[in-house]
Amino acid sequence: MTRLGASPTLRPGAVAKACAINPLKMSQPLGAALAFLGIERAMPVFHGAQGCTAFGLVLLVRHFREAIPLQTTAMNEVTTIMGGGDNIEKALLNIYERAKPAFIGIASTGLTETKGDDVDGELRRIRSDHPELTVPVVYVSTPDYQGAFQDGWAKAVTRMVAAFAKRAPTVRGLVTLLPGGHVTPGDIIELHEILEDFGLEVIVLPDISGSLDGHVPDDFSPTSLGGTKISDLYRIGASEAVIALGEQMRPAAQMMTAMTGVPSVVFDTLTGLLANDRFFSYLSALSQRAVPLKYRSQRSRLVDAMLDAHFFFGGRRVAIGAEPDLLWTLSTWLQGMGAAVVAAVTTTQSPLLEHPLMAGTHIGDLDDLERQALAQGCDLLITHSHGRQAAARLGIPFLRMGLPLFDRLGAAHRVLVGYRGTRELTFEVGNLWLAHDPESGPHGHTHCPAAGDRGGDPILACRLDVRP
Amino acid sequence: MDSLASTVQQVFNEPACSVNRAKADKDRKKGCGGILKPGAAAGGCAFDGAKIALQPITDVAHLVHGPIACEGNSWDNRGAKSSGSLLYRTGLTTDINETDVVFGGEKRLFRAIKEILVKYDPPAIFVYQTCVTALIGDDIEALCKAASAQFKKPIIPINAPGFVGSKNLGNKLAGEALLEYVIGTDEPDYTTPYDINIIGEYNLAGELWQVKPLLEELGIRVLACMSGDARYRDIACAHRARAAMMVCSKAMINVARKMEERYGIPFFEGSFYGISDMSEALRAIARLLVSRGAPGDLIARTELVIAREEARAARRLAPYRARLQGKRILLITGGVKSWSVVAALQEVGMEIVGTSVKKSTEGDKERIKKIMGDEAHMIEDMAPREMYRMLKEARVDMMLSGGRSQFVALKAKVPWLDINQERHHAYAGYEGIVSLVQEIDTSLYNPVWSQLRRAAPWDTEYVS
Repeated sequence: MTRLGASPTLRPGAVAKACAINPLKMSQPLGAALAFLGIERAMPVFHGAQGCTAFGLVLLVRHFREAIPLQTTAMNEVTTIMGGGDNIEKALLNIYERAKPAFIGIASTGLTETKGDDVDGELRRIRSDHPELTVPVVYVSTPDYQGAFQDGWAKAVTRMVAAFAKRAPTVRGLVTLLPGGHVTPGDIIELHEILEDFGLEVIVLPDISGSLDGHVPDDFSPTSLGGTKISDLYRIGASEAVIALGEQMRPAAQMMTAMTGVPSVVFDTLTGLLANDRFFSYLSALSQRAVPLKYRSQRSRLVDAMLDAHFFFGGRRVAIGAEPDLLWTLSTWLQGMGAAVVAAVTTTQSPLLEHPLMAGTHIGDLDDLERQALAQGCDLLITHSHGRQAAARLGIPFLRMGLPLFDRLGAAHRVLVGYRGTRELTFEVGNLWLAHDPESGPHGHTHCPAAGDRGGDPILACRLDVRP
Repeated sequence: MDSLASTVQQVFNEPACSVNRAKADKDRKKGCGGILKPGAAAGGCAFDGAKIALQPITDVAHLVHGPIACEGNSWDNRGAKSSGSLLYRTGLTTDINETDVVFGGEKRLFRAIKEILVKYDPPAIFVYQTCVTALIGDDIEALCKAASAQFKKPIIPINAPGFVGSKNLGNKLAGEALLEYVIGTDEPDYTTPYDINIIGEYNLAGELWQVKPLLEELGIRVLACMSGDARYRDIACAHRARAAMMVCSKAMINVARKMEERYGIPFFEGSFYGISDMSEALRAIARLLVSRGAPGDLIARTELVIAREEARAARRLAPYRARLQGKRILLITGGVKSWSVVAALQEVGMEIVGTSVKKSTEGDKERIKKIMGDEAHMIEDMAPREMYRMLKEARVDMMLSGGRSQFVALKAKVPWLDINQERHHAYAGYEGIVSLVQEIDTSLYNPVWSQLRRAAPWDTEYVS
């Protein structure tokens, strides 16, 4: 990692751009919507114009290749200025009437936050005016002009914890898992299996592996196809422990501990040998069980994979554009394999960015990432699907990570956690380099072919030349 | 906002729109699309519509002034193709933050414009207004005017913030911006009696390119396509066309009518979908051009091309007739496609069990009645649950629709094909209809269906 040693928001010497080019970032409400979709029979709602919902919906549909229930309060110019209380009321009644959800999650948007609607106050009024509206409703404030996707996810989960956590007698072996927004349905399925193999009962909040894992239900449903059961939501306070995955989940874990007294632990990453050693040791202590044989074998296979693969990782230079927690996960793992992350762009503030390992990371866009990657000379670009053109222009292998992944199948089932997930990732990345480097002939990477011999902006020169 | 409000009213009053003509004065003021129902609305906003209509202009920098949601959540999500510049695919946004919301975003916008000019030097920048920046009072019209003067480049305000209305309204507001700021601002190097404009065609999946070779064979030049695979200059010179074809009837009718008014360019409404419509479109273009002074032999030459292409398409479709005869299709789309695709599918013997008319005009409905015989097959609005039941009970062999209802069909284990904007295959012209039928055949006869519909070995009974 290059150590430029400055504030995490901006590299020294770089002038803040007024224009974001090829955004890496997506907005907070979208993260909140995805978190709400991890509740069984849920209907998330954006309090905003109908376009806010339409864009978010299309993006999630493209990523998951699933129907996405997501509604809108359909604000227009007049209702925005007059205040959105009536629209929230109408939306709740309509949704309740038509979709019969077991849970409604409301996320505000830039539009309604600019006006400053008091949604909590409106919800109290609506509740008292409509006692027939018995469905749990959780509201989270997520203006589009602050933070990013993972902030919206984290805030929504914190609000759900606040709404449902209650002090209760501890149930032995019950664990609540709070996954970050970067954790895939495939990851959750893997973690579920691991925890159950330790004899633990786990409540995942939110559980998008129940709703967005791509399964075929027996009948049509206008709401989410699965997820955390409402009855389980009320039981989280009885947990023996809370396990959070990703630094973004620390506030939710702390909220849970503060409200229920249940001890919490935050794992910053579950990718890599040592990260999983810590995790499995923790589970062993918590459950008072030895690590099952299955995982001892998995660990051994990962060790062997690292032996086979390290030849291809050592000295490699990688560029990553990802949200802070995913960036941390990938960076720590890659550096543990001998590769260097020499260009890194992220979306939002995080305590992780203070870590020396993350020095040089700044909040920016894919254009910044592409320029840094070009300047640093990189062997691999890692970001979401929007990075595919940059990778083609740079002429380097491209690993799709994060959200959205719309030009590949199986986004929901990418697994990065556990010994097994780490082994698969190790092979995948190693294979990208094996496939890219010719078996014979001049070795090494080709950067943008036009960069050297053209005047002016090298990235622009590439843009003119390469048409992916 | 006042100028925007009056533009919106004027667009609502569009006299060439058949839906509008049928309305009372009072209803007309309320606008098209009706009032959105909170909690039961679906579809894009005006900003979305404006972007859809204009983004296919390939060499323009499309700058979205607003918070990250508007561009960050939506960019790179449509398949309009370019034969040249790729600048239009670059996601550009001011990504305003809280400070901008408090103190105004105009300074950031101005700097963003400057940065784009330095980095890309495009022939023009389109600046899209969004809800938040409209609400805080950023005056993009004044700012663009000042920027244009300072930088000597067209910096064009696209004033269609999401909350003013639907996608369709946004299409029209985008058209108004072209009329006000672009069309007629430049002159073509030369003109011919065979110059036409195509309005409301976005070159999705490269559909324009399925049609253009035939036009070129006839010597017809597409002076400007609005806006598929267009260059800024094409649009600026569009006022010199001799005739125009309006493809998507509800999107940019205001542009077609006003260009007729201002520049005397006659237009007709047509479609490139289906054999007979494609032929009809070619005939209409030829007739209009000849009526404007093009040599009369164009009509005979056009007929020769039509005869050749129809025969060729028929030859290529013939093998499918036996395989597709009697297959029952549910068609959920809108506007022109609600009838033009019907006709195309009937040509190979398929049975249309229903076609949606939610987004169709009265004219579209008349066409459907003529083609299908009665109204029984017209679906005004079908709830996804009802659609699912129809598919699950095997009353339909295949559904053609947009991405929105994709999973209704797939989860019912029924073949499905995308015929709306996210489609990967081009279905226009004689080429396109053959592709469409091929795709339907491939999908219907894919061996996965018989496997997927079998019950798991541990399930005693199998329903569907």
